[in-house]
Amino acid sequence: MKENNKLDVKVTNSSMVTRPIRRCFPIFLLPTFAAFFIGFIYPFLKGIYLSFCKFVTTSNATFIGFDNYIKAFNDASFRHAFGYTALYAVVSLVLINLIAFLLAYLLTQGLKGTNIFRTVFFMPNLIGGIVLGYIWSMIFNGILSRYNTSILLETKYGFWGLVVLMCWQQIGYMMIIYIAGLQSVPGDLMEAAVIDGASRWQTLIHVTLPNVMPSITICMFLSLTNGFKLFDQNLALTGGQPFKFMADGTQIRTTEMLALNIYNTFYGQAASAKGVAQAKAVLFFILVAAISLIQLKATKSKEVQQ
Amino acid sequence: MKKRMLAVAMAATMVAACFAGCGNKTTSGSSSDSEGQVYWLNFKPEADEALQGIAKTYTDQTGVPVTIVTAAEGTYNSTLTAEMDKDEAPTLFVVGNQAAVKTWGDFCYDLKDTDVYKELTTDDFTLYDGDKVASIGYCYESFGIIVNKTLLAKAGHSLDEIKNFDSLKAVADDIHANAATLGFDAFTSSGMDDSSSWRFSGHLANMPLYYEAEADGWDGICPATIKGTYLDNYKKIWDLYTTDAKNDKATLADAGYDAETEFLNGEAVFYQNGSWEYSALSEKYSDDELAMIPIYVGVEGEENQGLCSGTENCWAVNANASEEDIQATLDFMKWMVTSEEGTKCMADQFGVIPYKGAQENTNLFIKQGDEMREAGKYTVDWTFNLTPNVDDWRAGVVSAINQYDAGGSWDDVVSAFVDGWATQYQAAQQ
Repeated sequence: MKENNKLDVKVTNSSMVTRPIRRCFPIFLLPTFAAFFIGFIYPFLKGIYLSFCKFVTTSNATFIGFDNYIKAFNDASFRHAFGYTALYAVVSLVLINLIAFLLAYLLTQGLKGTNIFRTVFFMPNLIGGIVLGYIWSMIFNGILSRYNTSILLETKYGFWGLVVLMCWQQIGYMMIIYIAGLQSVPGDLMEAAVIDGASRWQTLIHVTLPNVMPSITICMFLSLTNGFKLFDQNLALTGGQPFKFMADGTQIRTTEMLALNIYNTFYGQAASAKGVAQAKAVLFFILVAAISLIQLKATKSKEVQQ
Repeated sequence: MKKRMLAVAMAATMVAACFAGCGNKTTSGSSSDSEGQVYWLNFKPEADEALQGIAKTYTDQTGVPVTIVTAAEGTYNSTLTAEMDKDEAPTLFVVGNQAAVKTWGDFCYDLKDTDVYKELTTDDFTLYDGDKVASIGYCYESFGIIVNKTLLAKAGHSLDEIKNFDSLKAVADDIHANAATLGFDAFTSSGMDDSSSWRFSGHLANMPLYYEAEADGWDGICPATIKGTYLDNYKKIWDLYTTDAKNDKATLADAGYDAETEFLNGEAVFYQNGSWEYSALSEKYSDDELAMIPIYVGVEGEENQGLCSGTENCWAVNANASEEDIQATLDFMKWMVTSEEGTKCMADQFGVIPYKGAQENTNLFIKQGDEMREAGKYTVDWTFNLTPNVDDWRAGVVSAINQYDAGGSWDDVVSAFVDGWATQYQAAQQ
């Protein structure tokens, strides 16, 4: 058996075999590329085109220029959703990462039952967003109904409710990434720090943190983009309620985030709003892409080479 | 060599799997294009099973393929948007209100002078896009307050007492006051979650809208602004629904109460809903135990008010379909409202249909509506079909009512109702 294995390794590495495989690369590449093209590139380009159009069905669109973008910028509910989403993204980014790192740090200290804790903390991540939204709305309302109110009645309840929900769901996931990062901190560095007489706190700040910067980068990236793109949980937990009625008669769904705002514009209103929703979606893409690139650049620069 | 073959085979399988779905469809499509076919995007999930059966009967008799696809509850608009984009778009779909005409008007084939249009007994349910007949009603429904007569008698009251809002309130207040001893309450829960809020932001809101439309002579045209003249009446009936019921009104926003189950379990006497509930309720109650009475809101002369009758079930034919498909669809529609099997299916599934060949209907609530009409009472139209951007407008009303229920001000509801209408009208006009 052993000899056979050795033989196999040699055979796959020889150029006799790799050359024909290299020549066949389109066979391996094409299916994935086709799927990527059909599922991403084509819809993306068409979406950008549609944002300049007035349409009911996407195959029958008339070009109208920048009208949709002007309407999108003038839409008070869209501006509100942007502010609300940004606030949410920042708050959840800080909370999720702080708590996840703390848990990861505790669970790499060699406590008893570490594996059980890791599993338990990770599990919420396996439940779908819509289900979570409904379950948590029941939990919150179970408590709030004692005070004769509901999560749908106060913007601040909706906001903090969503933060709690997302922390509960995401912390476990981020924790796993942090644990991997913490475990890869070289032991000799830690040992050297101890020998040099560094306190626990000093070791954490000056040795551990710089070494887990790659994990921090990826976790911040994930939680920031997740925060901006949040949809199902938002829809199921509050659906935008409560509404605020402005003096000019427009209504603002005070707990509506960007993705839900786009969805509601697309399906809730008259045909002419579909193009506006599309324009909002393009703006949304640019925004999320820009923010995540800036964040990546900022945290990447703090990473150290091991 | 073997490995290479394997790789090629695997890649081929993947590609085949990707395209298999599309391949199938095109072949079946092109083979039947010559004679035309029918694709009905159905709006009522509860009718799906029966419609699949009738489609098969029609295909067996005529050889014309009929496809019936049913959109899941509450997703008709998004399903229609997606389906209309396909090469084989629905040939028959539902355009049930003015907002839908606004969106889908260009897709509606002018039904004027078609054979099926000539079978109609009334134009009351026809929707127009300018002069064009955009869609025609294929059934009509009534809503009001469903009463459990047995429980009402147990509480020591009878239907004869209820003539207007004040007498309804007197009966309901009495039942509510004695709820603990009786073991049931006056009204079922008025839940404001998505599965139930339409009963109030849509159907109950029809009362103030109808009376305002009558007073101001809207004449079936959506006005740019409304006054909310009868919103005090709306408040009265809402307060009655939420006070004379078991659950605390602050919990209505999203506790997910199931009013139908409460009514079936005999937990309440009154239940605001429509004739479509008959099939579910008649499984438990006999016709003698049930009645539907008008929704009294305290408007002068309402002793003479009947049920709210109208429809959101209107057929439209896709103008962009091929000529053969349009003809096949029109033939199918005509068959549905004239043939023995078709009219029977329509009567069973949709209740009353406004066509000459309609079979007698068995729906108690519709019959009671007809009796009231024959007794000279006036029918309340479904004025809410005029609502601009109907989903957004209703969402605003629901949110405002939730705040009111939790101790907020009624002014918010008025604002959502009146200012919301003006805003949505503007938005819909763009």
